[in-house]
Amino acid sequence: MRKYILKRILLSIVILFFVTLIIYTLMRCLPTSYIEGIARQKSMQPGSKSYEEWMAQLTAMYNMDKGIIPGFIAWWGSIFRGDFGDSWYYTVPVIEKFNEVIWLSFIMGAISMVLELIIAIPLGILAATKQYSKTDYTITVIALAGISLPTFFFASLMKLVFSVKLGWFDLFGLVGRNHEQLTEWGKFLDKANHLVLPIVVLVVISIGGLMRYTRTNMLEVLNSDYIRTARAKGLSERKVIYHHAFRNTLIPLVTIVGGSLPGLFSGALLTETLFSIPGIGYTSYHAMTGGDIPFSMFYLTFLAVLTLAGNLIADILYAVVDPRVRIA
Amino acid sequence: MSKRDKKEEIKNVTGEEYSLSDDRRVKILSPGALVAKRFFRNSIALVGLVVLIFMFLFSFLGGLISPYRQDQRFFRTDYIYKEYAGVVENEEFRYAAEGSDFSTALQAQMLLAMQRGKDAFAYRDVAYEIAEEGPELYSISKDGKVIGIAYKDIVSPSVEGTDIPFRLKFDALKAFANGETSFTSGSDDYSIDEGGVVYKGETEVAFISRYVVNSVMADVFLTRDFKEATAAAIATGDPDFVYTDENGETHEYLIEFNPEKNTWSVRQETASYVYDTYSSPSKEHWLGTDRNGMDMLTRLMYGGRVSLVIGFIVEIIATLIGIILGGIAGYFGKWVDNLIMRIVDIFYCIPTMPILLILGAAMDAMNLDPKIRMLYLMLILGFLGWPGLARLIRGQILSLREQEFMTATESSGLSVPRRIFKHLVPNVIPQLIVSCTMGLGSTIIMEATLSFLGLGVRFPFASWGNIINDVNDTHVLTTYLFIWIPAGVLLLATVLAFNLVGDGLRDAFDPKMKR
Repeated sequence: MRKYILKRILLSIVILFFVTLIIYTLMRCLPTSYIEGIARQKSMQPGSKSYEEWMAQLTAMYNMDKGIIPGFIAWWGSIFRGDFGDSWYYTVPVIEKFNEVIWLSFIMGAISMVLELIIAIPLGILAATKQYSKTDYTITVIALAGISLPTFFFASLMKLVFSVKLGWFDLFGLVGRNHEQLTEWGKFLDKANHLVLPIVVLVVISIGGLMRYTRTNMLEVLNSDYIRTARAKGLSERKVIYHHAFRNTLIPLVTIVGGSLPGLFSGALLTETLFSIPGIGYTSYHAMTGGDIPFSMFYLTFLAVLTLAGNLIADILYAVVDPRVRIA
Repeated sequence: MSKRDKKEEIKNVTGEEYSLSDDRRVKILSPGALVAKRFFRNSIALVGLVVLIFMFLFSFLGGLISPYRQDQRFFRTDYIYKEYAGVVENEEFRYAAEGSDFSTALQAQMLLAMQRGKDAFAYRDVAYEIAEEGPELYSISKDGKVIGIAYKDIVSPSVEGTDIPFRLKFDALKAFANGETSFTSGSDDYSIDEGGVVYKGETEVAFISRYVVNSVMADVFLTRDFKEATAAAIATGDPDFVYTDENGETHEYLIEFNPEKNTWSVRQETASYVYDTYSSPSKEHWLGTDRNGMDMLTRLMYGGRVSLVIGFIVEIIATLIGIILGGIAGYFGKWVDNLIMRIVDIFYCIPTMPILLILGAAMDAMNLDPKIRMLYLMLILGFLGWPGLARLIRGQILSLREQEFMTATESSGLSVPRRIFKHLVPNVIPQLIVSCTMGLGSTIIMEATLSFLGLGVRFPFASWGNIINDVNDTHVLTTYLFIWIPAGVLLLATVLAFNLVGDGLRDAFDPKMKR
């Protein structure tokens, strides 16, 4: 097992290396970036140097004067020293900005994940136990509708209903207009209030997948021999489903949930942007569209690491949870 | 349905039943027909199919049927009230004199005396008498002869450039101030109507009014006729009036009183020819018009075309790459498999959405032609979409290649590409179809999301995503529901339909799940 994990980690690092190489090449090949914007701006000022001179000075300043491969190696070198550079767009060290925004994203992700689990798993099981019934069809259609809902459309609908028509929540942002005048508790409530809609959107959008996954796996388990045996023994249906079947359904569920744990840190790029919630997704959106190479590089690498970690955790959990699986 | 089937099966053309051992009782169905039969039994999937057919007709035929082009802009005449003239009520005394004895200094003395309520005063040793001839109309006389008047109502001549003699002015003002309808001045008879127009017999000679009408715009000259009409409207307290000028143009005017300055502003209704933006649904435009004055329904049709075409092309690109790489990896195994699967891993780790955002922003900066941009978008989405499919195909082929029929193909000496693409891949087609159908849905969402963020399909091309993009304007979000709700519903319905059909196909292809 240890050998397997070690092998997987090493492999992940190799994969990560190539992923970052691709991303770095891509970022460097972009026709425009923050630097050019700044250079253009600076050269516009009266009595300033020409655009070319500014460009040369700035590229040297931002370490962009190296070729792609040397630049890439230098980038990796600084990562080993724990230095991701300074964000151009936010003009602070990348890590500092990251620390500032990541926890909001994490809290949002964690709350929506818990809600998702609480809602999706029971419904999935219900659908499976009543296969081909009206309940099953309803749940299946709801799940598919959740998967099919475009985030931006759903978010707009929610805004229209709850922000505009009912006026319960603000349209944008994390804090209200009079946030600074509130007490500590009031500030907390204010923030919580602003997070309601984004979390609802996140839950509804992502609930379908888990619901269907639960249903499929539960169906598989219900069709297996040991369930037939349990029924033949004369156990109550309740016991069969919640004791024997559910525990076995948990195996793939734990695997997939475990695998998605790192994803809690990835932030919700779209939802955060739509609601202007200053989490990692929103922050990165502006950095990326603003051509901020250090921050974008960091965010993309971070996401790749999270994906790799998720896969690794899922594979390991699969072996840990199910005693029948043993990895050589 | 199954009941009817049975009846048809059992009875032959003449209506008599087949014997139990008759072969004709047995209906033979190919595997494909079995799949179709199972699929058509699934009502939810059928709903999805119907929706999809509708969407295709809507998008591909709709554009042909619609009387408008996708980038045809519509216009409307907007009526706006423009500031046209200002009106002030005259509060100051004005003076008129017979002869030249009524100097400015004397006028000031007279005003002083009037304010003190005196009816006589002396100035430079000359005695003057003041008489109130009517409300706010005073006359001053020296030695019993009227030498001048102070008045607030303004008398203007009917014919531009002529002068009204002092005597006539005085008499007219006196009559007007005292509410008389006729008066005599000199040897002529005059009449005044309540609007203040003075007639000599039938001809208009002058116009009396308390109001001063000034043009607000530098290049507009107000005719006296218009001034009269305005003053009359104000005097009667009308909030609006209609006036036809000498060129025969009729305009409506609004009068607004500004109590702070004690002035009126007259605003003229002018027609301007503008883009018919955000007009509500009507007979001509069933879903109204959008921000650019284009017909919404037509935009939706063309948008559907773009969304569907992009979805299909992306899926075809992704599937081709996926089949080739997945097939090779699965068939050859060993290091080839290892290599290809690591490439898949790498692509799997590349965060799609952020990369698309970055590339979208880059394409923005390059100012690409919207058409080329659309092409790039398809290529990029296709190149980022294949790893999942490659993994799926590789997994299937890995288990299939150990089966007997593959040994048979090997022993009959078929070439390797033929074995992979003619014998292995067709066996994966069911899974492929299911995953492509579902994938189409998510590709369409992805494209719509990018277009929504303004980084995908760009104007002048319509896409359901960039139609909804208008909600970024909160005013549109709250007021013009007909702009974004239909596009969103179509998008949702299409993606949902793809997922339902994919789900139905999965069940149909995989009889094990269907008991």
